[in-house]
Amino acid sequence: MSHATVDVVVIGAGAAGMSGAVALAGLGLHVVLLDEQGSPGGQIYRGITLAPLSRRDLLGPDYAHGNQLAQALASSSVRYEKGASVWQVTREHQVSYLREGRLHTLQASAVLLATGAMERPFPIPGWTLPGVMSAGAAQILLKSSGLAPSEPVVLAGCGPLLYLLGWQYLRAGVAIKALVDTTRPEDYWRARRHLFAALRAWPYLRKGLDLMRSLRSAGIAHYTGAEALAVEGDDAATALTFNIAGKSRRVASRCVLLHQGVVPNIQFSQSLRARHHWDVDQLCFSPVADPWGELDVPGVFVAGDGAGIGGAQAAAVQGEMAALGIGFQLKKISSFQRDHKAEALRTKLDANLRIRPFLDALYRPREENRIPADDVLVCRCEEVTAGDLRQFVAIGCTGPNQAKSFGRCGMGPCQGRMCGLTVTEVIAKARGVSAAEVGYYRIRPPIKPITLGELAGD
Amino acid sequence: MRIEPLFQPVASEARSTRTVSLTFNEQTFEVPAGTSVAAALLMSGIHRFRATPVSEAPRAPYCMMGVCFECLVEIDGVPNRQSCLIEVAQGMRIRSQEGARDLIFQPVNVQTVEVQS
Repeated sequence: MSHATVDVVVIGAGAAGMSGAVALAGLGLHVVLLDEQGSPGGQIYRGITLAPLSRRDLLGPDYAHGNQLAQALASSSVRYEKGASVWQVTREHQVSYLREGRLHTLQASAVLLATGAMERPFPIPGWTLPGVMSAGAAQILLKSSGLAPSEPVVLAGCGPLLYLLGWQYLRAGVAIKALVDTTRPEDYWRARRHLFAALRAWPYLRKGLDLMRSLRSAGIAHYTGAEALAVEGDDAATALTFNIAGKSRRVASRCVLLHQGVVPNIQFSQSLRARHHWDVDQLCFSPVADPWGELDVPGVFVAGDGAGIGGAQAAAVQGEMAALGIGFQLKKISSFQRDHKAEALRTKLDANLRIRPFLDALYRPREENRIPADDVLVCRCEEVTAGDLRQFVAIGCTGPNQAKSFGRCGMGPCQGRMCGLTVTEVIAKARGVSAAEVGYYRIRPPIKPITLGELAGD
Repeated sequence: MRIEPLFQPVASEARSTRTVSLTFNEQTFEVPAGTSVAAALLMSGIHRFRATPVSEAPRAPYCMMGVCFECLVEIDGVPNRQSCLIEVAQGMRIRSQEGARDLIFQPVNVQTVEVQS
């Protein structure tokens, strides 16, 4: 079968994908940018081209920043295809996607994966109940539809996104019933050795401090060091319960928003059998890439949070770095030009990543919220609990792939996205080995659901 | 089941001028054009999108970005659609997904036989 050929296919129109695609087009390459959403921006700049000014203002300057990237994309020669659901990328650079019910395949000389991050699973009792959502989900509702909880909401967990959402809700006049923070004094203690580097990233640090100050001065009930989080409810959430210094607490709400950081979305790099490593600081798997983002699969590059969490500004720089690497590989620039241009980018990247070790240490998700008790659902799709997994291990299950045949864990529609990291860590702990040794699910295409009819071109 | 909507437009949002009408389990709703099906249902007071195939436990959107597959519904007769990724359209017929899916393309010439177990 013959396929349309292009120079580069970029997957994902977030910070890294937009900046990478624009930079590649600037080198004279024919670029196709595929994205699942209806408008560019990814998750961090979700709906940036459509959001009315009042909403953009409410979301803050960091969000509005995405407009520059979206405008650069609009005025570039990049062929941007929205609503494109990529279900397969091969090691030979064939990219297959579904768009408006039709199948397309492109043959590219190079592929740039810019699939960003997803929120880390937060397996606690009751996390599957309607009314429990991730903070990121609630923020997407705000960005793309201007929606917020209609009654006082509970925010629980830790990490910049949780506090940012709280700040945005305050600006929007949305009532917050409680901020239930899992951060403990010992987390500050652990983070202190990165404080000097963090101080050098003062603009980032100041932004964070400002967020926390405005949350505090708004008089929101702020619990810290929360343990034993659980959501109450039969058919829907009714309350969040937790312990503070051994004393049990209960905050009633129909809406509980959970967050404990973000992790790379590695479905494509995994499906390509690229090498990944377990990041002991970020507690996740990341693909192993060279300074240009090239994987050990020649011609396949990765940029942005999908390569390891660095945030939106770092992602945009990584997109440009990858463009240089690809530009050199496709003979559009010399190695001298590449290295010369990369110098300034690298300085910018270093500056943007400086805050990371501090954030990773301070908001390291607690073990009890990553490796839950026996009765907690780990695989939401197939309803496999942590206890089930431990039983599988007791009778010889050594890793996530065996867990599939032991009890369908990870075999539901989300294809392990929501349980993968938890499964790895639960099994690692039960076996007494490292997460790196246990490894991750073997991810296979189709990466996104596709019917046989669509595949057959019905 | 319709209850008080869990999500509503924030105060600064102008009321959307363009709406579309769609049905969820035969009930008709007017929703803003341009939103995702999941967002439209959440602001219409739909709290339960589906029941799981395993225990028929109620579920609703969790991630809103195409990762969790909790928002799966049937749209215009096609099951397993990710409602957070699909934009609302005039006349859309949406149904909650109850338990396991049936095969949608049943061969027409096969007789079903009752089996006693």
